[in-house]
Amino acid sequence: MPMSPNNMMANPDRLNRLIDIAQSSFLPLVKGALYYSFTLAIISFSIGLVLAVLTALARISGIKPLVAIARVYVSIIRGTPLLVQLFIIFYGLPSIGVRLDPIPSAIIGFSLNVGAYSSEIVRAAILSIPKGQWEAAYAIGMTYGQALRRVILPQAARVSVPPLSNSFISLVKDTSLAATILVPEMFRKAQEIVASTYEPLLLYCEAALIYWVICFVLSVLQDRIEKRLERYIT
Amino acid sequence: MIVVRDLHKQFGALQVLKGISLRVDKGKVVVIIGPSGSGKTTFLRCLNALEIPTGGIVRIGEVEIDFARKVERSQVVLLRKQTGMVFQSYNLFPHMTALENVMEGPVTVKKEARETARQKASRLLAKVGLADKLDHYPAQLSGGQQQRVGIARALAMEPQVMLFDEPTSALDPELVGEVLKVMKELAQEGMTMVVVTHEMSFARDVADEVIFMDQGVIVESGPPEQLFTQPREERTRQFLQRLQA
Repeated sequence: MPMSPNNMMANPDRLNRLIDIAQSSFLPLVKGALYYSFTLAIISFSIGLVLAVLTALARISGIKPLVAIARVYVSIIRGTPLLVQLFIIFYGLPSIGVRLDPIPSAIIGFSLNVGAYSSEIVRAAILSIPKGQWEAAYAIGMTYGQALRRVILPQAARVSVPPLSNSFISLVKDTSLAATILVPEMFRKAQEIVASTYEPLLLYCEAALIYWVICFVLSVLQDRIEKRLERYIT
Repeated sequence: MIVVRDLHKQFGALQVLKGISLRVDKGKVVVIIGPSGSGKTTFLRCLNALEIPTGGIVRIGEVEIDFARKVERSQVVLLRKQTGMVFQSYNLFPHMTALENVMEGPVTVKKEARETARQKASRLLAKVGLADKLDHYPAQLSGGQQQRVGIARALAMEPQVMLFDEPTSALDPELVGEVLKVMKELAQEGMTMVVVTHEMSFARDVADEVIFMDQGVIVESGPPEQLFTQPREERTRQFLQRLQA
């Protein structure tokens, strides 16, 4: 029986088959997204944020060795593709005896990446806080650390919510790269299902849709957080 | 209470303070006037080491720092504990309520218990007339109210000396009065105060001594009755005339 794969209208069997594939692939894809992609993003972002704050503080500390380390770190990460970084960690390191599993490799790769890019956001946020705030903190006897912790960072945190939210939403999409180092996250799952069903358009569109929904929910959350923090401004 | 000996400050090639010496006894109110660029704000900020002088000695209460030698951070913190500063642009912490602003110093720096600090802060805010604004954020307060919170915040640290850097310069004229009123009461209660201001009425009413600074030196100083009516120096005369005009 001749089948014309591109003629869905003339082929109700094909349409039904597509619907079947879509339905049966949906749950595995969502699982891949929530268990792996999203979890990877959350863990990497949390670690990355800590790295970012430390790097930003090192950069503004004025202590030459710290400034140098921070600059080199940021330069390396920003100057090389994320994909290459992941490959170096997962496929490259074993040559010098460091063998890491896919998920730890992904976490390390993404955390380092987030740390470098977000450190610039955090640094800009800290520098945007008016000098008068530092002075008022010092005038009541605070140390550098106390001023940072109680006065500057809380304000810098508010300023950095929009750009950091962007970073996180980007990261959620970047986790698709983990497929190349064998992490069973959503995109890899989609590839596997394509391999067995030969319907790349359907599966990749499905994956794209799920990514889109996740990112949409995140941007709604971002709005809410920004509104909550707005009470500090006029 | 305050002794300053031969204070110098330069920014690169620019000499801003060219040897300032001064004594302020306990309980006295000293007002510093002068044209912009005279160094009066820089001088005030040297008193609590927000600017580090390039030379000279500052002594407040029992704490003395010789700035010709290397200055330790601990010395600076100790000096700052003796002083409270009120800023021209208030510099309140916008992410904290008025009450939290006033409590912040005692709790974080002096490690006081939160409840004790809260009660003291409430009393201080009531004293400056803001008992009903404890839970307001700075963004919800007028300039005059914010400045009064600033005064309460400085007082919460129980300083020996209060430093005022043009406290009313950023205020709308109708709000200036409420801040000056609080400052007058503070003076009457015996607080040692150094005030940089353009409010001559305050200087006339409250100051024990008025100091005229110009181009990094003290040109003339004396009680307000004398300095305003019979200035000895020509530069002082010219400055006062420009103000009257």
